[in-house]
Amino acid sequence: MPEITMLEAIREALFEEMERDPAVVALGEDIGVYGGAFKATEGLLAKFGRERVIDTPISETAIVGAACGMSYLGLRPVAEMQFIDFIACCFNQVTNFAAKSHYRWGAPVPMVLRGPSGGGVHGGPFHSANPEMYFVHTPGLKVVYPSTAYDAKGLLKSAIRDNNPVLFFEHKFLYRRIKEEIPAGDYTVPIGKAIVRREGRDLTILSYAAMAHVALEAAAVLAKEGIQAEVIDLRTLLPLDRETILGSVKKTNKLLIVHEDTRTGGIAGEIAAIVCEGAFEHLDGPIARVTALDTPVPYSPPLEEHFLPNAEKVVAAARELAKY
Amino acid sequence: MNTKLTREQHLELYYFMQLNRQLEDRLVKLFRQNKIVGGVYSSLGQEAVSIGTSYALEKRDWLAPMIRNIGTLLVKGFKPRDIFTQHMAKYTSPTHGKDGTSHFGDLKVRHVVSPISMLGDLIPVMAGVAMAGRYLGQNIVAMTWIGDGGSSTGAFHEGLNLAATQKAPFVLVIENNQWAYSTPVSLQVPIRNLADRAAAYGITSRIVDGNDVVAVYEASKAAVDECRAGRGPVLIEVKTMRMKGHAQHDPAEYVPKEMFEYWKTQDPIARYEAYLTKHALWDPKKKSEIDVRIERELDEDQKFAEESPMPAPETAEQGVYCEGCHTIAADWRRPKSEVMPPASSVEAVWKVTDFGAFARPAARAASVVAGVSSVQPARTEPAEVEVEKQQPLRVPFGRGPKDRSVELERREKLVEKPVRHKPHKRRRR
Repeated sequence: MPEITMLEAIREALFEEMERDPAVVALGEDIGVYGGAFKATEGLLAKFGRERVIDTPISETAIVGAACGMSYLGLRPVAEMQFIDFIACCFNQVTNFAAKSHYRWGAPVPMVLRGPSGGGVHGGPFHSANPEMYFVHTPGLKVVYPSTAYDAKGLLKSAIRDNNPVLFFEHKFLYRRIKEEIPAGDYTVPIGKAIVRREGRDLTILSYAAMAHVALEAAAVLAKEGIQAEVIDLRTLLPLDRETILGSVKKTNKLLIVHEDTRTGGIAGEIAAIVCEGAFEHLDGPIARVTALDTPVPYSPPLEEHFLPNAEKVVAAARELAKY
Repeated sequence: MNTKLTREQHLELYYFMQLNRQLEDRLVKLFRQNKIVGGVYSSLGQEAVSIGTSYALEKRDWLAPMIRNIGTLLVKGFKPRDIFTQHMAKYTSPTHGKDGTSHFGDLKVRHVVSPISMLGDLIPVMAGVAMAGRYLGQNIVAMTWIGDGGSSTGAFHEGLNLAATQKAPFVLVIENNQWAYSTPVSLQVPIRNLADRAAAYGITSRIVDGNDVVAVYEASKAAVDECRAGRGPVLIEVKTMRMKGHAQHDPAEYVPKEMFEYWKTQDPIARYEAYLTKHALWDPKKKSEIDVRIERELDEDQKFAEESPMPAPETAEQGVYCEGCHTIAADWRRPKSEVMPPASSVEAVWKVTDFGAFARPAARAASVVAGVSSVQPARTEPAEVEVEKQQPLRVPFGRGPKDRSVELERREKLVEKPVRHKPHKRRRR
């Protein structure tokens, strides 16, 4: 098998799911003729036609609203946000309409809402966001944020087959930067399961998306210094895989959380609470975190580099934690 | 009397309107007895809108009510007990106490989408329902309602624009009841007729006397038929009046007394009763038969609701996610092969003919020549006329020549064709 990028893996998942199930339709801005701003949907229109690949007006509320309506008739719409930042425009449809539908009146919404997210590409305040926590805070949604091509394909397939609204974040920094060989044929990756990317015994670094790669980079540096870090990639943020998190903390007794989202109200806080509730007596040091700053994502490269976590910052924090 | 409604249908309209009113009357009483958990949003004086519009839908069609559309739920087959239990937050309610009022629905049998409190959001949702129905070959129509106030939301525009762009079989009823909570329509929109907004979407619109149930029905039926024939969406504005406050707590002192006085004379049920009598569609015996039936049904269902248990506290934890409790399967009414490759990749019908060039309207050209820019261009007729000129509209997709609706239309025309004998001209008296 040739190596493919994360973007290609996402495209493959869409193709294969649409081929497998005629109930799967795609809608969004410029996803048809143009193939999507990042070309994630390129070729879909030619193969599946206008009825299944719908170029919509610039109307995020209408896109998500229509997707909800379609799902009530048994379709499995995959809606694209051109950039995930624009999800703010349809916040109400996502959090009030889609998320509460099954709880309120037993109507499942088998919808996927996917889009490019994350910084590191100098996109500025409106094309770099990591808005996942607004939705992690919303019962009724599932939130997925993969870091590899293999996971992106398998998780997107799981998301499409899931009976609940799934928010599928695609880190645009990773779109074309990572490549890997993935198996031919149909496979899925379960939603709600984290994965241990690197085994270690001295401390646990929890992360996801682009920061999972930063964590691995840091772990390689730490290994040379004799610190064996265990790196866990969360992959799904809602529901969180408590078992894997607590299992690792019980093993290493130290926890460092790394995320690209801003600090206050980021998922590190929630994980810290989970660990205090479930493994407090196993902790040998304070729960540490390396996150982005509490500012909007700045545009200019030196500013954005300062804003984002990197391997250096993670190594520094890990060294401090390892001293306990 | 110029309607295709049968006598039974006429009486059914009365039954539903009166049931709607009596049901809400009981809700008000229960509210005063502190037996209602949340609010009661009266549709007093607007019954003809809920009943007349939803009565035009068929069983397969979909609707999503607004807060003042309890009547539509009755027409779609929900029972008064569903509405009693919802308001009283009982476990036996359709949502098992998870939500109140008219916030419930049914995907499988009655095809009702539950509303949410944020206004306008149902419009894109029902556009999606209409699009999905067409995609599956179900030939359905989707309908929802919005108030004069809710028509100012962004979701209204986004939803209607998408529906119009997609030519979705979708009927939007603007229920202009003059008041959005305490704000009069004149402070919400700068136009007299909300139906004018249809022109901005290039869709057909109608304005109807909302307190005349037959007129509302006729307009809705025509709209539904147009949509089913692939000429949707359609916007209907009904002019009516909210005869109570926003909800039970609101005495509506901001409404001028004269306004209430005028609209009291327009009561939709009183008007319809007179209509039924005038056209000899019933007699006092029939009326009392229906009224007794309504009382009996309401007695039974109110008793059921009052005796129903409240939900067990721990059920609050259940049902956030579908964990295999639902089997999701679309009801395909067209061959799936039509939407799968290679059939799915057939060229689309969209066309832009003039490269989007600027077309100088004659009136404007004249005013430019004369050097007067403030000349008002001749008031053009709303899009209604223009759209009808283009008929038959070709639906961009989903309704090819093999579609059932096309076939039915063709048959209908064949049936109509045979020349009938002209009736003899009546002599002038």
